[in-house]
Amino acid sequence: MANSSSPSGGKRRFLLAATSVVGGIGAVAVAVPFVRSMTPSARARAAGAPVEVDISKVEPGMMITVEWRGQPVWIVHRTAEMLANIPKMNDRVADPESSQPLQPAYVNKENRAIKPDYLVLVGICSHLGCSPTEKLKIGADSGLGDDWLGGFYCPCHGSKFDVAGRVLKGMPAPVNLKVPPYTFLSDSRILIGQDKS
Amino acid sequence: MNIMRLVRRLAVLAFLAPAVAFAAGGHVALDSAPIDQHDVASLQRGARNFVSYCLNCHSAQYMRYNRLADLGLTDQQIKDNLMFASDKVGDPMTIAMRAKDAKTWFGAQPPDLSVIARSRGADWLYTYLRSYYRDESRPTGWNNVVFPGVGMPHVLWELQGQQDLEVEKHEGAEAAHGGHAAEKLVLAEPGKLTPKQYDAFVADLVNYLVYMGEPARLQRVQIGILTLLFLGVLFVFAYLLKKEYWKDVH
Amino acid sequence: MSKIAALTQWIDDRFPMTSNWKAHLTEYYAPKNFNFWYYFGSLALLVLVIQILSGIFLTMHYKPDASQAFASVEYIMRDVPSGWLVRYIHSTGASMFFVVVYLHMMRGLLYGSFRKPRELVWIFGMLIYLCLMAEAFFGYLLPWGQMSYWGAQVIVNLFSAVPFVGEDLSVWIRGDYVVSDATLNRFFAFHVIAIPLVLLGLVAAHILALHEVGSNNPDGIEIKKKKDPKTGIPLDGIAFHPYYTVKDIVGVVVFLMVFSVIIFFMPEVGGYFLEYNNFIPADPLKTPPHIAPVWYFTPYYAMLRAVPAMLGSQFPGVIVMGLGVMVFFLLPWLDRGKVKSIRYRGPKYKIWLTLFVISFVILAWLGMNPTDFLGKFPGSTLEMATFLARVFTVIYFAFFVLMPWYTATDKEKPEPERVTG
Repeated sequence: MANSSSPSGGKRRFLLAATSVVGGIGAVAVAVPFVRSMTPSARARAAGAPVEVDISKVEPGMMITVEWRGQPVWIVHRTAEMLANIPKMNDRVADPESSQPLQPAYVNKENRAIKPDYLVLVGICSHLGCSPTEKLKIGADSGLGDDWLGGFYCPCHGSKFDVAGRVLKGMPAPVNLKVPPYTFLSDSRILIGQDKS
Repeated sequence: MNIMRLVRRLAVLAFLAPAVAFAAGGHVALDSAPIDQHDVASLQRGARNFVSYCLNCHSAQYMRYNRLADLGLTDQQIKDNLMFASDKVGDPMTIAMRAKDAKTWFGAQPPDLSVIARSRGADWLYTYLRSYYRDESRPTGWNNVVFPGVGMPHVLWELQGQQDLEVEKHEGAEAAHGGHAAEKLVLAEPGKLTPKQYDAFVADLVNYLVYMGEPARLQRVQIGILTLLFLGVLFVFAYLLKKEYWKDVH
Repeated sequence: MSKIAALTQWIDDRFPMTSNWKAHLTEYYAPKNFNFWYYFGSLALLVLVIQILSGIFLTMHYKPDASQAFASVEYIMRDVPSGWLVRYIHSTGASMFFVVVYLHMMRGLLYGSFRKPRELVWIFGMLIYLCLMAEAFFGYLLPWGQMSYWGAQVIVNLFSAVPFVGEDLSVWIRGDYVVSDATLNRFFAFHVIAIPLVLLGLVAAHILALHEVGSNNPDGIEIKKKKDPKTGIPLDGIAFHPYYTVKDIVGVVVFLMVFSVIIFFMPEVGGYFLEYNNFIPADPLKTPPHIAPVWYFTPYYAMLRAVPAMLGSQFPGVIVMGLGVMVFFLLPWLDRGKVKSIRYRGPKYKIWLTLFVISFVILAWLGMNPTDFLGKFPGSTLEMATFLARVFTVIYFAFFVLMPWYTATDKEKPEPERVTG
């Protein structure tokens, strides 16, 4: 400023600073609607709304896939045999006690479900985002060897998960499959995408 | 909100008359719609009227049910009171009637009403919904003073009753100027509502239609007041700064 | 050397940053007597930035597809967070661009800013104006409402009036036999990328040409003729920065107030900025009862309608309309006056300029209305509005055509040596 040394230099500096600050606030305020316009729209939010699923038709041993926020969500009606196999896998999986925060606090850390009979998982591999295939059959029938105790297998890079969605040791996938927030509306209806109210 | 109304009125004055004539279109003098976008109770009643009477044949496909949270309604209230067909509260107000069927039944597809208040204007809608009369020459048996040859029958006739169109011949001075005739709507058969109640019913409905045409409207005005206040402050500083610098020049 | 000075030096060794900053801001000397009319140049630049910014964000949500375009605009208005604001900024900006540019051009007519040595400044400016019209026309189709659709239909059909190739030409422009999805898609391409690129280049050329010759002023005299013998700085010149930057900021704030009043309290401006019929989705089978272009095109639209069809062709009207715009290019060579500014012009130029402005405004008003809105002359088939449009079209052109004579013979006042006020 050529004139900052003139008698009114102080006033000039003050007004310059004040105008800049107020103008700067204005510029930030203008940026707000533009930045906001890039957040999910009402349509995206409506599409990502919680999904209600009727599970009364899912027989023991069966699995269904539903869509929530554009992602596959699996619901497995686990048999007694499957449930019994979970503890047997504890020393073969990487994180048997689900220490990583990949599930809501209200699910069991070992079988990773609210009600042990029903497993709810986001069907996206924790490695690079492929959707694993179900390999619920036990033993050689699964194509994964005699010692396979049921679970999921990712075709992209060969990661294996047990029937609680826990990743086996030494797999490309680093952590367990994610459990979405969900809640039981009744014995036969669950709501995916919403925590227990 | 009086300032707002003043601003709007001045704005209309400033921008000449032709737009008014253009907006009106027809030759019938329109009644001014007694609506108030701040009257939440009226908007809620209007929403109810809309889903009960309009949303069967007309869609409002750009309007989501859960947007009605603007009117102070919770998702549960919307679900319980306003939703009959759809099951998700985030769904838009679509209808089950297929476009092809609609064309066969009504001759034309009933227009989507999402932005009808923005193309027609509140006064037109308010007058139109109160200007149906019996006309046996029409396939539906109904005609409308504001919308001659209208395709839609008078859906609200049970509420309003039946009107007839009476042509009054003016004698005397006016007749001398070529026999001017005035048309007048007369209530021939009363409906479930008194004329006053019916006008209020339509006003609520139109109030809602105006809201639905631009749900962001109230928010827009609020942000506008803040913006102008802010610019006022910025103006003071900018003006003083300019004056300070221009001391060098003068 | 401080770190900032070192960085500046580092950049200056590789890029002319400081020298450009000086040449265009701190050592660009503008006349000290700019008045109200001189705000609109910087405001036009501001609106350009506003339009580009808001346009980018609209493009993220808009769908240039005939079956989705109208819905995507309503999607922006309702579902996109703050989308209504971005859209109103853009729709208001379009009209305000023309408000500002028309006032900016008026300044040129008042103070002779198009005269030697600023002919190229004027020509680049006119090219900007042409681009702006194209940009507005292409953009107006995008909401795919009834006015969008039928406006495009009418304007594209003007090209079919061109003899011999007209029909093929209009089909080629549309990419179809009617305005359709193909038309929408290509208009989108022109609106968001082709024309803006050209526009930015022309704006740069406009400013570079201006800074080469220096700004005109309300006295219409060259400040470069009187320089301080020691510094070489014009005696009546002041540095653009800080003096005109701080002044223009005041103008910007006032402009933003007007802009905000429109956006937040009257975004439709009574149907002038956003036409009511454009809230009805485009229907190729049904023309609205009265269609009119947006207000900034209406003077030329009135000229088009004023010219009767000759030999069964609308072509003469199209020519007149085109000339109405193009004739501005000739201004630097039509004006034979010795002074530039209205302050020292004689009565003839003042009268003609007044008549021109009145014609422009009345033609704009006539173009907004149907040709029968003033009725017919008693006992004649001639419509009053058509007659008026013809009269004012003639005056409009007379302003230009007769200019070499009335400016050469005008009784002008002597210009002062130094700027006044």
